[in-house]
Amino acid sequence: MSGPSFDEPEVTIELTVNGATVTRRVSTRRHLSDFLRDDLGLTGTHIGCEHGVCGACTVRYDGEIARSCLILAAQTDGSTVETVEGLSDSGEIEALQQAFLARNALQCGFCTPGMLVTAADLLRSVPKPSRDEVRDAISANYCRCTGYHAIVDAIMAASEKLAVKS
Amino acid sequence: MTTAPAPAVGQSLARPRAKRLVTGRGRYTGDIAAKRALQVAFFRSPHPHARIKSIDVSAARALKGVVLVATGADVAKHCKGFAGIHRLFKGMKAAEQWPLAFDRACWQGEPVVAVAAETRAIAEDALDLIEVDWEPLEGLGTPEKAIAGGTVLHESLGDNIGYDGTTASGDVEAALAGAAVVIEDTFRFGRHTGVCLEPRSILAAYDPSDDSLVVHESHQCPAQQQAIFADLMGLPEHRVRVVCPDVGGAFGIKQQLYGDELATCIVSKMTGRPAIFIADRVESFASDIHAREHVVKGQMAFAPDGRILGLTVDDLFAVGAYSNYPRSSIGEASHVAALTGGPYRIPAYRARVRMIYQNKPPVGHYRAVGHPIACAVAEQLLDRGARALGLDPIAVRRINQVPDGTASHKSHSGFMLNGLTVEACLGKLLAGFDMAAFRREQQDARKRGLLLGLGIANFVEFTGTGAPYYGESGAPVTAQESCLARLEPSGHVRCLTGTTDQGQGTDTAVGQAIADAIGVSFDDVEVISGDSAGPVGGGAWASRGASSGIEAAVRAGRALRDEILRLAGLILQRKPEQMMLAGGLLCDAASGAELITLREVATIAHYRQHLLPPGTQPELSMTRSFVPQSQSFITTNGVQLSVVSVDPGLGDVRLLRHRVAHDSGTVINPMLLDEQIRGGVVQGLGAALFEEIHYSEDAVLGTGSLMDYLLPLATEIPDIEVAHLATPDPGTSIGAKGAGEAGTAGAAAAVLNAVNDALAPMGAHISTLPITPERVLAAIAAASSSHDTKPGLQG
Ligand code: FES
Ligand code: FES
Repeated sequence: MSGPSFDEPEVTIELTVNGATVTRRVSTRRHLSDFLRDDLGLTGTHIGCEHGVCGACTVRYDGEIARSCLILAAQTDGSTVETVEGLSDSGEIEALQQAFLARNALQCGFCTPGMLVTAADLLRSVPKPSRDEVRDAISANYCRCTGYHAIVDAIMAASEKLAVKS
Repeated sequence: MTTAPAPAVGQSLARPRAKRLVTGRGRYTGDIAAKRALQVAFFRSPHPHARIKSIDVSAARALKGVVLVATGADVAKHCKGFAGIHRLFKGMKAAEQWPLAFDRACWQGEPVVAVAAETRAIAEDALDLIEVDWEPLEGLGTPEKAIAGGTVLHESLGDNIGYDGTTASGDVEAALAGAAVVIEDTFRFGRHTGVCLEPRSILAAYDPSDDSLVVHESHQCPAQQQAIFADLMGLPEHRVRVVCPDVGGAFGIKQQLYGDELATCIVSKMTGRPAIFIADRVESFASDIHAREHVVKGQMAFAPDGRILGLTVDDLFAVGAYSNYPRSSIGEASHVAALTGGPYRIPAYRARVRMIYQNKPPVGHYRAVGHPIACAVAEQLLDRGARALGLDPIAVRRINQVPDGTASHKSHSGFMLNGLTVEACLGKLLAGFDMAAFRREQQDARKRGLLLGLGIANFVEFTGTGAPYYGESGAPVTAQESCLARLEPSGHVRCLTGTTDQGQGTDTAVGQAIADAIGVSFDDVEVISGDSAGPVGGGAWASRGASSGIEAAVRAGRALRDEILRLAGLILQRKPEQMMLAGGLLCDAASGAELITLREVATIAHYRQHLLPPGTQPELSMTRSFVPQSQSFITTNGVQLSVVSVDPGLGDVRLLRHRVAHDSGTVINPMLLDEQIRGGVVQGLGAALFEEIHYSEDAVLGTGSLMDYLLPLATEIPDIEVAHLATPDPGTSIGAKGAGEAGTAGAAAAVLNAVNDALAPMGAHISTLPITPERVLAAIAAASSSHDTKPGLQG
């Protein structure tokens, strides 16, 4: 939904979201998280705090993980954004997704997209992490349901599977 | 000839719903698009307690994009007031509440004005334009202040005590007088809340053409919400429907009526447009139900050999400005009275509980309602008694435990605690744990100036609430569960259940149980939950999905299986009892020879009825219900062990190990069960070390964001070791007991005992949760100053 604008200052942005070019006019105060969810319908990016702490809104922004609730849509002109939907469709996080499912590393699932994007980032830079490195990497992603143990198990399992493949 | 496939019950199957959630295809309330939807935001009271002299909303109304600005008085024209009375508790007093405050605000964050606008940003802009002329009143920030005889929060109630009740058995005064040792202490528990990662969310769509209301709500109890919205808004109940889609965590926080959510329904009615309200994190802290603000005086009296002679508990329970609707706020305190010392035989007991009103958000039923308080008080008193008597705390537990397998043990608080397995759980907990080695390590560490501690906490648990508890309350809360099992023409099964799933995996467990009950594979069953238009049930609370929800599913599944066998018998001209259904095939019961597929039977029953004998009427949807009619709760038990290190210089506590042994009854899905326990433990660890909502003496909120309300993080939590006993509950066919709350029930007590074990050589102890570094340092300082005056008191 791109709702009525009501005289709010707007800018036009053009960026790449999950591999496709997107051009939109956005209010200058719209956050990237709201832009993704409400303007593009990419509701896999979740909003848990809107102040940069919980990690539920984590996306990949120009190749690095970032909190989309702390980024203004207006500043993303020319950038590349990947969300959980894009990383799912490309198959990049399939091993992680399978491991999360098999190990029940999610309960309500609200933290899960942010957790997966963060875990994928870890495995790109540290393909064989230790348990402590995994805990460290996800320590800024809150999960209220699992107590983290199963998430750590799942990320470890995915890293082992990827190591066998490569 | 076929061999029957392995039963689904007992297998660690993955959850079908999770497949959507890992790809970002979840459907949470905020993800659901509605045409012409308005965004609702609330102006909330900046004062803990203040009279509203006047409200000026004209500037807000004039803002472009604003569609409706409704004050408390505007909204109240469309509904009734409500009060959280639980009639089982004689003499309970509760003031009437309305969706929005209109003459007075009683907590900081209480909703006062609703603004509906085309976008959330505009609605929030409009909030800044609302002018309220406040007359600030005294704010009551602690239960002690609230009972000191000053300000009365609700004049109609006479005082700030909503309930005052005492439970007693035996001669407790004689027990105290005749004891070798009496340990007495006052325990304080910090107010905290569930912090669901998905904040409370609601999308209400009223249709004036037929006076109907369809609500999507992030909630645990759709049937209850349907009844409440219909009753309070005066709508025909059969035209109110509440759907709970994917829910991003609930834990008891999404179990009650919230004024702002009712107001959102009313905004939809007033505008004729769908209305969406999604709480932000700050307003979640200021308006979600809170929990656990207790000040408990406890005394435990011991014989020289460690036998407990008597126990007293005096619980000041600070519930906030109102009693929560519809269940009331008494639950935690009533559980403290019912469960303190529950694992033990205690010949004399007295528990007084008082429910106190003060200027904070209402307290509700957060995970493990009251259990953590009961457990921490009793287990810490017991440890201190053992220490004072020079006895081993585990040995003292053992001589006091209710013996395993006692069929009908009536506790000192008057509850039937059936089939407890306290010793068996303790045995499981300690198996493979080298206690002697730990004690050696602890001694060695002390020599190096490091403090290690170990704590154990037994607990008894109320799960699967039965009919009497809410039956007597007067609230529209059912303990009954229902399930509809439907045979599709293809031979697949669709099942609608009244129990709900916020990630626990209840849908999966229901699917496993019903697959076995019918005789089809798990993959051929689809489970749908969370719709008040489906079979009526209570939803998710009090760890009841695995007991009541599954029993209803088993009964529906068996009824459908019997009908399938009857129809197959008519088709094949065989006796139904000579056949069986397994893995989607009908076979000869004796030889196992395959006779006909379920798909063929289903096709005939749906499309080719002319092939059946005259007068045959297939029934392909079966609904069955189950209610634990006479017992208040299914009781079970567990025990936890925590190992910590304490840094005496910084006051920092590190969790090194955490173990749990729990009797969950028959295990339906071992993996999901373990994760329920682990998730519960970590919420309890949050309560032990981190989580506290700060208020000033005048009830001004000090923790409004995740920056200052600390939650457990992955780096602070160890792996959680879990073991189970599986003693079936005799009340249902599968025999599962609740497990969702066990972890939270005992975790904080185990940590408290561990920290105090670590501090014991310094003569220090802590009686306040959470155990923050400041509190550790203060306890050490207090001990060293009392040593100066009272040498030799070292424990
Ligand atoms: S929503 Fe962005 S970090 Fe919480
Ligand atoms: S699964 Fe619910 S917050 Fe992580």
